[in-house]
Amino acid sequence: MSQSLAFVLNVPETPQDPEDSQEPSPYDESEVHDSFHQLIQEQSRWVAEEGLELQQRVPGAGALGASGSDRQALLGPEGAPVYSTATLRILASMPSRTIGRSRGAILSQYYSRTVRLRRRAGRPQLRDVGRSARPSLRLYDLELDPAVLEEDEKRGLLVKELQGLTVAQRDHMLRGMPLSLSEKRCLREESRPPRGKRRARGHRGLLSCCSQLRDSCILASHNLGLALLSGLQALMPWHYALKRIGGQFGSSVLSYFLFLKTLLAFNTLLLLPLLAFIVGVQAAFPPAPSGSVPAFRGLELLTGGGRFTHTVMYYGYYSNATLNQPCASPRDGGQCTPEAGGLPYNMPLAYLFTVGVAFFITCITLVYSMSRSFGESYRVGSTSGVHAITVFCSWDYKVTQKWATRLQHDNIRTQLKELLAEGQLRHRPPRACGRLWQAAVLGLVWLLCLGTTLVCALAVYSFSELVLQSRVSAERDGALLALPLVVCLLNLGAPYLFRVLAALERHDSPVLEVYVAICRNLILKMVILGILCYHWLGRRVGTLKDQCWEDFVGQELYRLMVMDFIFTLLDTLLGELVWRLISEKRSQRKGKPEFDIAGNVLELIYGQTLTWLGVLFSPLLPAMQIIKLLFVFYVKKTSLMANCQAPRRPWKASHMSTVFISLLCFPSFLGAAIFLCYAIWQVKPSSICGPFRTLDTMYEAGKVWVRHLEEAGPRVSWLPWIHRYLVESAFPIYLASALLLAVIYLNIQVVKGQRKVICLLKEQLSNEGEDKIFLINKLQRIYERKERSRVGRTEEAVTPPAVFTDDWDAQ
Amino acid sequence: MGNKQTVFTHEQLEAYQDNPFRQRIAQVFSEDGDGHMTLDNFLDMFSVMSEMAPRDLKAYYAFKIYDFNNDDYICVWDLEQTVTQLTRGELSAEEVSLVCEKVLDEADGDHDGRLSLEDFQNMILRAPDFLSTFHIRI
Repeated sequence: MSQSLAFVLNVPETPQDPEDSQEPSPYDESEVHDSFHQLIQEQSRWVAEEGLELQQRVPGAGALGASGSDRQALLGPEGAPVYSTATLRILASMPSRTIGRSRGAILSQYYSRTVRLRRRAGRPQLRDVGRSARPSLRLYDLELDPAVLEEDEKRGLLVKELQGLTVAQRDHMLRGMPLSLSEKRCLREESRPPRGKRRARGHRGLLSCCSQLRDSCILASHNLGLALLSGLQALMPWHYALKRIGGQFGSSVLSYFLFLKTLLAFNTLLLLPLLAFIVGVQAAFPPAPSGSVPAFRGLELLTGGGRFTHTVMYYGYYSNATLNQPCASPRDGGQCTPEAGGLPYNMPLAYLFTVGVAFFITCITLVYSMSRSFGESYRVGSTSGVHAITVFCSWDYKVTQKWATRLQHDNIRTQLKELLAEGQLRHRPPRACGRLWQAAVLGLVWLLCLGTTLVCALAVYSFSELVLQSRVSAERDGALLALPLVVCLLNLGAPYLFRVLAALERHDSPVLEVYVAICRNLILKMVILGILCYHWLGRRVGTLKDQCWEDFVGQELYRLMVMDFIFTLLDTLLGELVWRLISEKRSQRKGKPEFDIAGNVLELIYGQTLTWLGVLFSPLLPAMQIIKLLFVFYVKKTSLMANCQAPRRPWKASHMSTVFISLLCFPSFLGAAIFLCYAIWQVKPSSICGPFRTLDTMYEAGKVWVRHLEEAGPRVSWLPWIHRYLVESAFPIYLASALLLAVIYLNIQVVKGQRKVICLLKEQLSNEGEDKIFLINKLQRIYERKERSRVGRTEEAVTPPAVFTDDWDAQ
Repeated sequence: MGNKQTVFTHEQLEAYQDNPFRQRIAQVFSEDGDGHMTLDNFLDMFSVMSEMAPRDLKAYYAFKIYDFNNDDYICVWDLEQTVTQLTRGELSAEEVSLVCEKVLDEADGDHDGRLSLEDFQNMILRAPDFLSTFHIRI
């Protein structure tokens, strides 16, 4: 390594503009290494001669904070870096300083990225590169390549590289470039594949004609896709309303309304297959009317019974035969016109499959959106760095109103103060008996809340037994509303009790308080729903032996939904409007109530659970839910604008949406799926109505069909085989579970390894930073010494330093 | 701006100009850095602040906005300015400097006393909220 090379550091004497990036820098890194090595040798020799101490760190006088950190600071006494112009010139040529540079630097940086993308090459072989610390720099960095320096040439190269990428990659690359829009537009125009001239088409070969056709097809489809996308954006509902809400209340309140929109999408996704394959078909082939149809009274809108019972709304209407079948044998001597080309439609099978497939699609969509939301909002190491994230990422640029921005200022100030206080608290460990007392209070409050939940569950159970025993018949429709009323009252009242109890306990972090409140409310709602499900499937089925119990369950769920909607309206009215009036009269200043995000979201999740529970028994229930969600949106928006203010607690909007969708998936959808599976596999359907009236379980419809296929012949024998060995037997499930567990374990190990790698890289980064500062300080000292020795040389004759060959005197 | 008006009174305009970084935004996106934007600059600004802009692009411009002295690093002075603007000067000087010190402790990877673009981008990666807060709805 130590060659005695006469190194020429070609740095001219006259100070030039350090921003001129085309300037000579030590490109050739091996020479730089050598020169530094020799400089260090020289300096140690001088130091040994003059007996100075080598200082490796410069804790400048402008070090941060009164305590003085051990961080190396490049600060001089005034707080600004003090370097000679020669050092500054070298610093300005450092490859990491790309941000302040000309567009040429950005272009060349993106050129190298594009090249890497196109060639898909990783780091080159070390032996090809020679002695250099940063091989990637050598091969790919256009900035240090002395051959190409002009901006236009760099731009031309970039355009050529962009042409080699696919359309999607090019758009992605262009979108990420920090250039102005007009430049990006020019680059995109230039990098489009050139269109051949029309009149010359005849002269070209067939191959180029095909490629032109292909290119124009691709372009046309791309434009069509863009037009569709913009059309879709225009179709999206409530765009302006959401903008206003975001502008006045910030991202956290907006997350509630976005969640509502997501639920609307899920319900539409659920409704479409049901409409197409069940409701539509049955409506086109109505069964023979059985008995008299009762007249329409207004009460049906609340109870769902009466006139609505024998319509497509409920399970009992659907026939159990094959519709539109060309009849082979005329029954009871009647005329049977065989419809040539009519498709026979097996209604029971269609019912079972459509409900199953709709649930499956919903499950996949839910899990996908949950995992994507989780991936976006949780990072390895995201709990550290709270201060930096609060300072840089907490100002919401959406907010436009003056009073809302003032609220934001207050929120951020409070957050920063809390963080500082927390930091100081951590230095002082809390007393042991204080913690014991806190734990005792926490335990007591939890006990009380769970006790309240138990009491509510018992109340619902006993009331449902009472209703069962009093044998409410269909005439006394009004009394059917009693159970839903009780359930909704409990769902409304118990959370207020929880809030009162939660005021007793004191949590360290306000976010934890919110999560605990959500947890308690969720437990209450799920327990009540569980009791109701047991009541329907366990008790009602037995009581309503000769009647259509599925219709009854569907109607119960309809009633619950309607009651829930009415109580939501009441809660909005009482909780927000009346509260605001009272608080305005009591205290003269404007003390508007806060918008309770958690409570409202839980209500949405509860409503959606009811829909999922009832889909099997009432296929049109998602349509009711859609109408209900539309109303709730407008009611909540109006109430929000008029009565509420944004919550004071810091809410991380992205964490919240992840939590919301996880809660939608885990207790809510999972519970509904378990209910559905139990109803399909274990419960005997009623024998007088519905598509499964002659079967033992609903699932038997599928088994009957498979048997039918087996008899049909050897051509479709693979389907019964799949049914027998994959669906009926338990072995594939065990295998799938074992595989899933193995995959999860491997992923956990991978994440652990990545965490370790991140730690190591952080250490390496900090070491590199220290190295850099050390080298820069050394460089600075070299130049200072050179200056001093030069100045000294003009005064007296001193032997020139052996390292540098001075070209300067020669100039 | 949400209304169907075309002429705004001074009070109405004042109500919409409460972003503490409004001058920095104008300076960063204007051509000469003096705060006067042409239509192209205006489009650039909305393009960067829209939903579709990738995270790195937003981080780049956010870095430029918070770099008050335009020296391509967020130094302590820049941080103090940022915190003061964020809290409208309601934190004491000691608290401000404490916050700045903690921020540098957390985000400064190479320990040179200031944040470079890479440090800033690494910190942004750990903040999933950034995409939703550095966003203006049109």
